[in-house]
Amino acid sequence: MTPKLRLWLFAIGAAGLVACYLWAFGGLPGFGNYPGPYGPEILKDAIPQTNATGIVSAVNFDYRGFDTVGEEFILFTAAAGMSVVLRRLRGERQQEQDHSPADEVMHRNVAPTSSALRVAALVLVGPTALIGWWLATHAQTNPSGGFQGGVILASAFMLVYLSGESIAFRRLSPVDLLDVAEAMGAGGFAAVGLAAVAQGLPFLYNYLPLGGSPGAVSSSGTIALISFLVGIEVAAAFILITGELLEQTLLRGGGRGGRQKEGSG
Amino acid sequence: MTPHAVMQVLQVVALVLVAAGATVVVRTRQRVRLVIALSAYGMLLAILFFVFQAPDVTLSELTVGAIALPLILLLAISKVRKPE
Amino acid sequence: MAVFPFLVVAWIVVVGLYGLITSRDLIHQIVCLIVVQSSTYVLLLGVGYVTGGVAPYFYDIGRHALAVDPVVQALALTDVVVEAAVTALLLSLAVQAHKKFGTLDPHDLAEFKG
Repeated sequence: MTPKLRLWLFAIGAAGLVACYLWAFGGLPGFGNYPGPYGPEILKDAIPQTNATGIVSAVNFDYRGFDTVGEEFILFTAAAGMSVVLRRLRGERQQEQDHSPADEVMHRNVAPTSSALRVAALVLVGPTALIGWWLATHAQTNPSGGFQGGVILASAFMLVYLSGESIAFRRLSPVDLLDVAEAMGAGGFAAVGLAAVAQGLPFLYNYLPLGGSPGAVSSSGTIALISFLVGIEVAAAFILITGELLEQTLLRGGGRGGRQKEGSG
Repeated sequence: MTPHAVMQVLQVVALVLVAAGATVVVRTRQRVRLVIALSAYGMLLAILFFVFQAPDVTLSELTVGAIALPLILLLAISKVRKPE
Repeated sequence: MAVFPFLVVAWIVVVGLYGLITSRDLIHQIVCLIVVQSSTYVLLLGVGYVTGGVAPYFYDIGRHALAVDPVVQALALTDVVVEAAVTALLLSLAVQAHKKFGTLDPHDLAEFKG
């Protein structure tokens, strides 16, 4: 199939797709005239029922908690799949490298990191981790939640790598500990839901006692707890993903980690 | 201008910028420039979500599109680069 | 203005698919997939918008203010983060393909059998 023929097929297909889209959008009630009953119903009942003033997080972790469990397990599976695919790759490469350790040192030509970048990255690690932690645990008030807080927490670890301390990064994020943390986060979420089932309530029902003032951390039932667990899981997944890809780049250039084993040989 | 009109103008501008940004990202062929273009596209999307009154999604898109995704892409690109 | 966001959504989908089809590099194809997926976020938020509504956070405004729909925001929010992880998985498959076949050109990769 020549490229020109492929392009013509695409043009015909895209024209048909756009025609169907425009026909479908013609039936929508227009931008800004949201008619649906679901949204206003939730907005009316969310604060009395869950004591959370951040309605999006209440929807995410309470009303539609089942969807969030599914999405979190997609994240878990993607990180696990990456580990499987790339770990086998690394095992093969290490067998090749046993034969020529000296060549790797010559072939690794990496520009030294500038001091400004290293200092800035080191200074930012602490505040970034703190902000990520705060965002992950205050889902019921602010526009935040486990997902965003987890990514920012993981980026604090990535800053350690950017500041030139790749060995420190690998020591700070051992793969076994990260695997356990990720599994605890994902399993904890499912366990909170199953604990509701054990009490005879539907799965992921908000069974913890609702506190007094709406918007406080402890007064929204299981929402804050679930958000915290999701934050741990997302952070561990992203650190694992980055760590796996980093192992690849370091090994390819004859990384210092791999050298330690062959240094004595 | 009334606040509603200001919001409408902002939304139209953000939508046009996002459409232009998508075109630029697709037309870039070099790998490192592609990553920078994707990062800028992520920020334009974050501005669009903010103007659509969704601060939660804005925060998500900013952290993922400007931090996590470019880092992962750059690591993968450095892995498949031909050795010089 | 009533249909402009949806036209932009259709444009982004077509542009992304065009880039996917005429691409000569697996990394560029993965980025085009990201662009196509971002159109769904714009569509979700466009459907749920209420004219004159504010963000659905009631910590410091009255409980009965007119707000935009929170359900589509919840869906888009988890979607954004999960997309990054799935992209990372696709990238690891691309790295593996480069290691086995030495090339990232989809036209050359299509000729290998098994």
